Amino acid sequence: MSKRKVKDQQLTVGQCVCQVGLCHIRIRVHRILRERFCFQKLPSAPVGLESQHKHLLELLKRTAIHGESNSVLIVGPRGAGKTMLLKSVLNELLDVKEVKSNILLVQLNGLLQTDDRIALKEITRQLNLENVVGDKVFGSFAENLAFLLEALKKGDRSSSRPVLFTLDEFDLFTHHKNQTLLYNLFDISQSAQTPVAVVGLTCRVDVLELLEKRVKSRFSHRQIQALSPMDFPQYVELVQQQLSLPQEFPDGRFAHEWNNSVKALCEDKSVEDVLRKHFNLSKDFRSLHMLLFLALSCVTPSNPTIKPSLLLEASRLCTMDCKANMLHGLSILELCLIIAMKHLNDHYQDEPFNFEMVYNEFKKFLQRKSHSVHSFEKPVVIKAFEHLQQLELIRPVDGSASRTQKEYQLMKLLLDHTQVMEALQRYPQCPTDVKQWATSAFG
Amino acid sequence: MPDQLEHLPRLTHLLPCREAQIKTLLLLLGEPEHYSYPSIFIYGHRASGKSHVTLTLLKELKMPHVVVNCVECVSLGLLFEHVLLSLFGSSHTSLPRGPSLSDFVRLYRQLCSEDPAKQTRYIVLDHAELLRDMSANLLPGFLRLQELVEDNVTVIFLSEIVWDKFRPNTGCFEPLLLHFPDYSKVELQQILAQDSCPSYSPELYSSYISILLGVFYSVCRDLRELRHLAALNFPKFCEPLEKGEAKESDAHKLWRNIEPHLKKAMQTVYLREVSSVQWEEQQQKEEKEVGELRGLSAYTHVELPYYSKFLLIAAYLASYNPARTDRRFFLKNHGRIKKTNFLKKHEKTSNHLLGPKPFPLDRLLAIFYSVVDSRVAPTASIFSQISSLVTLQLLTQVGHDDQLDSPKYKCAVSLGFVRAIARTVSFDIVRYLYDFL
Repeated sequence: MSKRKVKDQQLTVGQCVCQVGLCHIRIRVHRILRERFCFQKLPSAPVGLESQHKHLLELLKRTAIHGESNSVLIVGPRGAGKTMLLKSVLNELLDVKEVKSNILLVQLNGLLQTDDRIALKEITRQLNLENVVGDKVFGSFAENLAFLLEALKKGDRSSSRPVLFTLDEFDLFTHHKNQTLLYNLFDISQSAQTPVAVVGLTCRVDVLELLEKRVKSRFSHRQIQALSPMDFPQYVELVQQQLSLPQEFPDGRFAHEWNNSVKALCEDKSVEDVLRKHFNLSKDFRSLHMLLFLALSCVTPSNPTIKPSLLLEASRLCTMDCKANMLHGLSILELCLIIAMKHLNDHYQDEPFNFEMVYNEFKKFLQRKSHSVHSFEKPVVIKAFEHLQQLELIRPVDGSASRTQKEYQLMKLLLDHTQVMEALQRYPQCPTDVKQWATSAFG
Repeated sequence: MPDQLEHLPRLTHLLPCREAQIKTLLLLLGEPEHYSYPSIFIYGHRASGKSHVTLTLLKELKMPHVVVNCVECVSLGLLFEHVLLSLFGSSHTSLPRGPSLSDFVRLYRQLCSEDPAKQTRYIVLDHAELLRDMSANLLPGFLRLQELVEDNVTVIFLSEIVWDKFRPNTGCFEPLLLHFPDYSKVELQQILAQDSCPSYSPELYSSYISILLGVFYSVCRDLRELRHLAALNFPKFCEPLEKGEAKESDAHKLWRNIEPHLKKAMQTVYLREVSSVQWEEQQQKEEKEVGELRGLSAYTHVELPYYSKFLLIAAYLASYNPARTDRRFFLKNHGRIKKTNFLKKHEKTSNHLLGPKPFPLDRLLAIFYSVVDSRVAPTASIFSQISSLVTLQLLTQVGHDDQLDSPKYKCAVSLGFVRAIARTVSFDIVRYLYDFL
């Protein structure tokens, strides 16, 4: 069925490529774009960060070629392209021949190297000095690090080789005990024993406040802000650029047609609305990539190009309200309990409540006006209450679970008024009296 | 024709009522050799087919994958070892003792360079909410595993809890969120009706299922629970047919027979008061009335010594009565108390809503001497009975600052329990409770 559709499309487009060939092309499109969105493949040039790129490249070149020690922090929000910036700079740096043979690269990540012992082991490993160190015992961390750098000096030739340290998630390194690693790295870069460049990447603006005084004084206070002053037209241009196929795509005609369709897509009115919504939410590349990936994944033989409807659908998937989704799947008893909690919150100004109060409120509703909801035994209601707690829609005020009986444990509702009301509107086959109970102010 | 969607009809046959989700997943995973999104977070209610659909999909498409249940991984070492073993075979186990995430990533890269991925590898983490409690950097680490190991790997998280509750405070790589909606009533009926009994017609079974849903749907939407209940109660439903009292077409008669039985089941089997084995036994015995069997909660009644009973009663009274009413309840010649003042109550301040209040030991003993008719010497055994009530968790000690000098206690038993105790010593406790005046 889908095959025929594709054939029709081909005939209308007038392409002479055979069926199998077209599929191969499409797979290749998927491969290129998926690599771009998921694997964060490097673009040919950094987008919106040209001046920062130049600055960093200059700095690292000075270390690599002239043997000058430097330290720098790249600060920017998540998904703003810090790693991309660093990687493209490194790529360019390593293209220079004299640098490539000379420089040593040590990449550390705050998520992985959680303490200084692990970090030192990793440094030893990445410098290929495991056999040199062997079973040597060192008095201190500084001694060990000094030995490593010393070994490099003697290893190759008489002059020392520059080492480039990149610290991803820099703020996590500040949580190490005494910040020994940072202190020693900055100390080396200050006292100019070995040419060392330290590049830190972080998303915390207050990262300098996290450093100890002695570490801070040794740091060069050179910061690069990875913030691109992007406005909406540039954003749309970025979308178009991200979606379009590169020049070196084997089938030139297909690439041309694809790029034209992408261009048409970006000029569409509804697409612009979607993009503006996302632009207002955040400007980072990651969330954009997620949106485009979702749209791209729906490109199949039966709908061969990205259409505005696909992008709308992807945007809907991206911006779904999780809690509303979960509320939709609750049973009617659990929903009634949530309404009772909402009433308690309204009456007593967001004071915490316990199960007995909720049950009391629910019983009052049953006695007064319910026809559709049967009365349930108390243990059944307790089970529903516990399910709500498991879903983390309610939370105990103090963590001490075992001290008090579970009926009297104080709880807080983690939903707000509008969420409850909205969930009630969307709830399938909600009984009318329950709805009325929820809207009435008197509980 | 190389298209992922060609598997769709086969899979929808295997997994009913999940067509849209299968389609989305298939499209997201894409061709085996393509990159997929680094992390996918799947959430939905219990028994909405999250793990079943994901696993069946990965198995049917023969993708290299590993499934880790986070409940089983009490230590990080177990988790890492399991992942490496199933992805790369058993040739190597060179993880150090007490491995860190760093060791895991290093080893993964090493193994991966020997055996580069031809297809996307998938790591499925079931019950992912437990990752939050393990180690602070574990969840962010897994979220960006693709970037860290530079391999074509995708991590799939499965959880009941929404993503908002996972996000660490410094942020992380955001996963792709995918929601598995709950089954609607029609879908539940359709799925439950699949496992019908061969000796009866499918129509009969589906009518049985609709009766079952009529009773239980407002309380429980958990497919597993419902399926369990359906299997347990079906023999009872068929009983009139076997005896020849009714035919398959007598829908009303069958309904009349089964409905009270199902309502009883909600109070017993559903709450696990009565185990399912007991329930089945009882159904066969037939002559015994259903529910006559004592459930678990009936066994909470404990045999206590005479004075312990009174101590417990006194503790209950001390916990649930305000101290200012003690004169009126427990003194023979209390002075004049204005009745209006005494009875002024507010519903919110009712202690049976707010829970027990702590009381000092002196007050407990004073009430105890007042409610016990005979003269009791304050011997060591009386005091040891108080502390043994604490070890039985019928009382709890509040504030551990002082063990000997005026300790404070709270009563931790329910009204039903204490009434049962009071009945054995023929003491009318309700007369002494302020809330029920």
